[in-house]
Amino acid sequence: MAPSDLLRWIFGVLILLAVGYWLVSSAIDEPQRFTQVTVIGLSNGMIYALVALGYTLVYGIIELINFAHGDIFTLGTFETQSVFADGSFQIPLLFFTIAIPIGSAATVESSGIEKAYAIGAALVLSALFCMSVNVLIERIGYKPLRGQPRLAPLITAIGFSFVLQGIGLAWKGEGRIAIPQLIPNTVLIGEGGTWLDVGNAPFYTVRDLIVLLITGGVLVALTYLVQRTRPGKAMRATAQDRDAAAMMGISVDRTISFTFALGGGIAGAGAVVYALYNGTTYFNLGFRIGLIAFTSAVLGGIGNLSGAVLGGVVIGLVAAYSDGFGDARWTYTIIFTILILILVFRPSGILGEQTPEGQ
Amino acid sequence: MTGAEESRAPSRASGLLSEWRRWLPWVALAAVLTYPFWVDIPPINFLTLDALGLDVDVVILMLVYVMLALGLNIVVGYAGLLDLGYVAFFALGAYSVGWFASDKFSGVSFHFFSTAPEGAAGIHLNMWLVILLGGVIAAIAGVIIGWPTLRLRGDYLAIVTLGFGEIIPDVFRNADKLPLPSGLQWSPPFLVFTDVNLTNGVRGVRSLDRPGFGENLDTWTGGALPERFSGIDLNPWYFTIVGMVLLAIFVIHRLERSKMGRAWIAIREDEIAASAMGVPLMRTKLWAYGIGAIFGGLVGAYYGSFIGSVFPTSFSFAISIYVLVMVVVGGMGNIRGVIVGALVLEYLNFKGLEKIGDGINNSIDLIGIDQGVDIPRYKQLIFGLLLVLMMVLRPEGLLPSARRKAELHEAEEHGEPDVYDDLYDARREGAQ
Repeated sequence: MAPSDLLRWIFGVLILLAVGYWLVSSAIDEPQRFTQVTVIGLSNGMIYALVALGYTLVYGIIELINFAHGDIFTLGTFETQSVFADGSFQIPLLFFTIAIPIGSAATVESSGIEKAYAIGAALVLSALFCMSVNVLIERIGYKPLRGQPRLAPLITAIGFSFVLQGIGLAWKGEGRIAIPQLIPNTVLIGEGGTWLDVGNAPFYTVRDLIVLLITGGVLVALTYLVQRTRPGKAMRATAQDRDAAAMMGISVDRTISFTFALGGGIAGAGAVVYALYNGTTYFNLGFRIGLIAFTSAVLGGIGNLSGAVLGGVVIGLVAAYSDGFGDARWTYTIIFTILILILVFRPSGILGEQTPEGQ
Repeated sequence: MTGAEESRAPSRASGLLSEWRRWLPWVALAAVLTYPFWVDIPPINFLTLDALGLDVDVVILMLVYVMLALGLNIVVGYAGLLDLGYVAFFALGAYSVGWFASDKFSGVSFHFFSTAPEGAAGIHLNMWLVILLGGVIAAIAGVIIGWPTLRLRGDYLAIVTLGFGEIIPDVFRNADKLPLPSGLQWSPPFLVFTDVNLTNGVRGVRSLDRPGFGENLDTWTGGALPERFSGIDLNPWYFTIVGMVLLAIFVIHRLERSKMGRAWIAIREDEIAASAMGVPLMRTKLWAYGIGAIFGGLVGAYYGSFIGSVFPTSFSFAISIYVLVMVVVGGMGNIRGVIVGALVLEYLNFKGLEKIGDGINNSIDLIGIDQGVDIPRYKQLIFGLLLVLMMVLRPEGLLPSARRKAELHEAEEHGEPDVYDDLYDARREGAQ
């Protein structure tokens, strides 16, 4: 081990010890608030994980940071808002918007069936919408740039990020947009909880449960798709060795489009989860969420699906502890610092990068 | 000899065009140098002021962006390093005025050839010095940022610079209570932190000093070199930024043809080959990054002084991207292209879109439709679309440098691009 490596290692361990000490002392001082903050962190982390999966899927297959991914997520939250508030599926075309009424408008007072229909419709339509946008972007902007220097498609992706923000701005305007809250904030575990009545703070609510259920469902479906189906096999093969995959008769173009569709679909589902959990959105939400999710993907090891989920949860916890016990003003700075430190000192992330060479 | 003849032949064929190309820059330079004197002469002012809205302050801002674009062009255009956080250097330059030429630190009173009133509280260095200092501070920041990160692969570097570009305005926003270690203690966390106010947070630093030439020069030159620049007579401001831009063009022009400039281009074209030829990668990249930062810092200090106050919100990520669009649209690696790109796009950004929107709305009103379109609202969309269209259709920019163009069209020259072999160039750069 080279001396600089040793120094780096000691430095890393010292930082982890300091953070650990701080967390443990916070947990001992205020155990109830600590539990609460942890739950918030886990729920937010799962949303980050859903966005991070999109980055990691695309990076795994074509080594491109799809910068527009966060803004696709934003458009997903806008679509969810349309489904919940206006009861319609909307297609924004800059100066006007096509709205197809589907009678899905719902509020917290609606009946269970109405709510289930609204949430189901939002999941399907938002995923479909984000999927189409992502595939469209790939076809227009990234595909013609294959074989050019690596930075060319990245610059295009930044351009698309701006375009999508502009579309969002034209669609729903500048301010914060309220999304009808369909899920009541009923406490399950905590003070007056229906499952377990303990302590004097709400620990686990129905919203947290919904986040867990939908995210879990998406993850199971994704794992099945990637590990057990033919398109999934084609994806893994293309990521591993494009030439060999092409020679085995896999259509590389179609597989790449499929990957973009998959990433977009997960972002769309994540947008619904975000909407149900947070209840408000705005046109450049995706910029910061996108960066946080990218940090998660890098932290877990970009190109690695379970790494993205792990990274998302870790970043969600870090953000929650920083908000709850540190100073919320510094949360973004801390997250971006983590991004920089990871990229500089361990670019392969916690679980390791899944490179085409399979290292 | 045949090579020389070949290169001369087409220039003879299109003689008139090449004459134009030679004279146009000089005509443009003369027009720019005399601009404040002919902008408001009656027949012309209909075009310059009424139709285009090119007041002197608008042109000053356009030139500020020319300077920024020239600086970013060194990093992106010559060395081929994508910097998405260039706004950080601009911000650092502006804040150095806030620190060294304002009443921010009112606890002390330190003057050094300053135009500020005698005995005013705060640090007041000479503004010309502060502009230089802005460049130095930005360069130091550039080296500190670049040192650990420049070894990263191109797209990772882009994200790291983006991270810094986000952190620095965030720090400026939060640094009204910046916890700095001020002592040691024997219980965890072992350091005593004190909150320090460095930037006034969101309230920003106001009433910054202005440059000036002092009383003696003012009287000797009969007011041509004013004692202190004013907010009413913008001509001194205008000639200062014109001078800065001309100096920048000269320096960059010389750099491009220097050993360093050739090393940058070699790295951009093929890092491994350049390294094998003995180009020190890290040092060369660091120079590009640092010199790019200097330009950002210099013009940041000028901008801060011109606007008269600095706020953390004026240095958003969007500015980094606007400058990048200027470089890409104009033509990466080509000084002329970058200047034209910055002038046109900053004009559109600051004034043009508004004017176009007004024009459209007025003509719609004439037809009798009482509904307007808010064109500036689509600014981001328009800039994003420009970036995408340029990269897909004409990645070398509108006024390309010949070398960059050849590089970006390499695949076409070698016949059908081999999609499966070189997909997104992943293998070649990923191999390191």
